[in-house]
Amino acid sequence: MNRPTNIRRRIRDELVALSGLVVVWMLLWGTFSWMVFLSGLVVSVVVLVVFPLPPVTFLGKLRPLGLVRFAVRFTVDLVIASLHLAWTAFRLGYQPRCAVIAVQLAVRSDLNLTLCGEAVSLIPGSLIVDIDRDAGVLYIHVFDVSDEAAAEQFRGKVYALEARIIGAIGSDDELRQVAERGESR
Amino acid sequence: MTGTSVVDLIAAVCLLSGAVLSLAAGLGLLRFPDLLARMHSATKPQVLGLLLILVGTALRLGTVVDITTLALVGAFQLAVAPVAAHMVGRAAYRTGLFRRDLLVTDDLAAARKTGDESGD
Repeated sequence: MNRPTNIRRRIRDELVALSGLVVVWMLLWGTFSWMVFLSGLVVSVVVLVVFPLPPVTFLGKLRPLGLVRFAVRFTVDLVIASLHLAWTAFRLGYQPRCAVIAVQLAVRSDLNLTLCGEAVSLIPGSLIVDIDRDAGVLYIHVFDVSDEAAAEQFRGKVYALEARIIGAIGSDDELRQVAERGESR
Repeated sequence: MTGTSVVDLIAAVCLLSGAVLSLAAGLGLLRFPDLLARMHSATKPQVLGLLLILVGTALRLGTVVDITTLALVGAFQLAVAPVAAHMVGRAAYRTGLFRRDLLVTDDLAAARKTGDESGD
């Protein structure tokens, strides 16, 4: 990787962040006018200059089919998990048991780690307790598991979730890494 | 049935089910045995409950200005709730404020014992 591509990538990352902030600003106003757009641009530039973030580079590509597949499964999982937890909350006298499991992700990029962590936390009975960033391991607290077999089953669900995320936004190389893990298991 | 009353009906269903899910989240907070289990209650039925209430509100209001704001509320909720749950859960685990006897397995305890974890 030589320097010019690095700088170009950096500029691209900043532009993505900038347009994201401008969109949020315009959504907050709720109406479009050039005044709103320009003031949003100024505010976003100031925010990016005053609060610089560590670069999170996106090296994959967006795959529409994968995105749709991820979104649909995410919604279904969110509803099922919510109903499950609500049901558990209403079941008086039932003591749910939990487990902390380590899940080794196939792709170790910061972006993948973050997205998997967010999705896992939002969906199926799970909470991230700790992350080993260098090794790409998520430590997940799983709610309402009866025994170790159920915990193992949950690990499979997280693998499938990661595969869907990579299938939606991953590069060809990352897709290969996920496929290799699938074979080795 | 006219078009508006169908929309009103859907909005009512969204608002009511959202309220029930939020109630379940509150009940779970009171009832679940330890902090880690309670964090599940804060991150899940409540998120879907809020989203349903936002959808119901959007259907009733139906103006662009309000809907964009509601969409932002939903987006930030999805982005931020897991982070908050993680921070509280991590602090609870590290300070031992949870019930180990309720865990079926604990891979993190094993990893910490062998010193795999670099303690950031």
